[in-house]
Amino acid sequence: MTGSIARLKRHPAAPWAGAAIVALALLALPFALAAVGTAWVRITNLAILFVFLSLGLNIVVGFAGLLDLGYVAFYAVGAYVYALLASPHFGIHWPFWAILPLGAAVAALFGVLIGAPTLKLRGDYLAIVTLGFGEIVRIFLNNLSQPVNITNGPQGIARIDPFRLGGIDFSKSDNFLGLSFSGPIKYYYLLLAVLLAVIFINVRLQNSRIGRAWEAIREDEIAARAMGIDTTRVKLLAFSMGATFGGVAGGMFSAIQGFVSPESFVLVESIMVVSMVVLGGMGNVWGVILGAVLLSFVPEILRFTVEPAQKQLFGRMIIEPEVIRMLIFGFALVLVMTLRPGGLWPSTVRKRELAERRP
Amino acid sequence: MSLLEIRGLEVRYGGIRAVKGIDLEVGAGEMVCLIGANGAGKSSTLRAISGLVPTAPGAVRFDGGDFAGIPAFRRARAGLVMVPEGRGVFARLSVEENLAMGAYVRADAEVQPDRARVFEIFPRLAERSRQTAGTLSGGEQQMLAIGRALMSRPKLLALDEPSMGLAPIAAQKILQVIRDINRSGVTVLLVEQNARSALALAHRAYVMESGEITLSGEARALLADPRVREAYLGEAAG
Repeated sequence: MTGSIARLKRHPAAPWAGAAIVALALLALPFALAAVGTAWVRITNLAILFVFLSLGLNIVVGFAGLLDLGYVAFYAVGAYVYALLASPHFGIHWPFWAILPLGAAVAALFGVLIGAPTLKLRGDYLAIVTLGFGEIVRIFLNNLSQPVNITNGPQGIARIDPFRLGGIDFSKSDNFLGLSFSGPIKYYYLLLAVLLAVIFINVRLQNSRIGRAWEAIREDEIAARAMGIDTTRVKLLAFSMGATFGGVAGGMFSAIQGFVSPESFVLVESIMVVSMVVLGGMGNVWGVILGAVLLSFVPEILRFTVEPAQKQLFGRMIIEPEVIRMLIFGFALVLVMTLRPGGLWPSTVRKRELAERRP
Repeated sequence: MSLLEIRGLEVRYGGIRAVKGIDLEVGAGEMVCLIGANGAGKSSTLRAISGLVPTAPGAVRFDGGDFAGIPAFRRARAGLVMVPEGRGVFARLSVEENLAMGAYVRADAEVQPDRARVFEIFPRLAERSRQTAGTLSGGEQQMLAIGRALMSRPKLLALDEPSMGLAPIAAQKILQVIRDINRSGVTVLLVEQNARSALALAHRAYVMESGEITLSGEARALLADPRVREAYLGEAAG
């Protein structure tokens, strides 16, 4: 039995068959989830957005080694660019394919804006400045409602246009091939397509010339300069590319939710994304994806299990699910970092380093 | 004509003048060493040459061009490659990856033969090509730093205390290899505290003392100079 499995694994078509199975599973996933509840499709969509964010932050933190604690600012920028240009707030209704690249570009500009003054900072110091930057952006969004109302302050912007492509409206249900495609399911397929592109770009980046330059500045900046690497340009590129992914994710978030407010872009969100990157495996694209998916789903699963479990055990609710969720979440983080310091799926570089440090 | 020409170079950190207007020249093909005690300003001089601290116009000229305001990475691309103090290898990358990084700015097809040549100079690196640089011994890391610098095909190789922290035999070996590299056509500027070995191998030498050049000339002549013998070679005068 095991022998035949091993033989199957060696078959030249095995990787393709594996990929086909994964692809089919991903295509069937939303219908399976919708059978449980549409909420789960929405949660999955948010999880994919967090994968975008984590992969974007991984460029800055994992590849280039620059600790950014204000990453959510770029998410916010992307979200608000979309919200402002596709809602009744200003009465502007541009199509999404025009706004998304614009949002990405504006986010990239913000990336350079935070990167340029912090070029000489590293580690803790950079973390403090970026943390401040993230808060500044949020506070601006909160207060740019007067004297001229730009962001509508804490009330946020509502009734944001969904994606529309040809005759397809992503907020409404459609019947196709006898299947009912609800709004979240359509968004799921769109997100899946974008996800493929994002993963492809990230894998290519890691093995590219610029990826090697990031690796060099992460290891030793002075030596990198002695190798002829333009460290200034390479760092700004890391910040702006990372921000681009944040901007795209933000724009899609706006369209999917139909509503944005500064409350969605608090510091905890930045910390969440950093946790996803670190827990999954800093510097490894696949590890980071794993981290983002896990940290997006586990809290939701807990939310749906903690309450019934308590009712069954004690007859009533003793601890709020929200409280126990954070408790378990924190405990899991500590556990993973103690047992697997390189993350769940470490990058080869980290793995090597940790293995060799052991006596 | 000199490959590297330094005129009235000053380096200041805040109000302190670490280098007080020195002149120094390195001709193409030469091996020149700069010796002196701790804090004499040798490393500051090298930092100024490689672009890590700013310099005045005309103070540093390389290959006929003024280097004032040229950032460090452009100087490296122009062929002035420094091997930083404390070696500065990419500790978490393998030996091979470190060498590849050395060829970062090159696009030609001769990277492979160059790597073979580095492995020829340092057979130890070939044996450990897949090992992480951080796990190499001090001497091996120094070899790697030099090998990596060679991968960029420097016109001038500037080394900051390559023998520092090495056992005497390893230090001797590294300096010998630097001499061999110079013989193969690479101009070398060597900053060293190990004055005896450096003077024995270099063509010419400069002696630095509290930010100024106090002696200069043929290395062999300096090796015999009583002032040098007393101050740097630990021998009684006379």
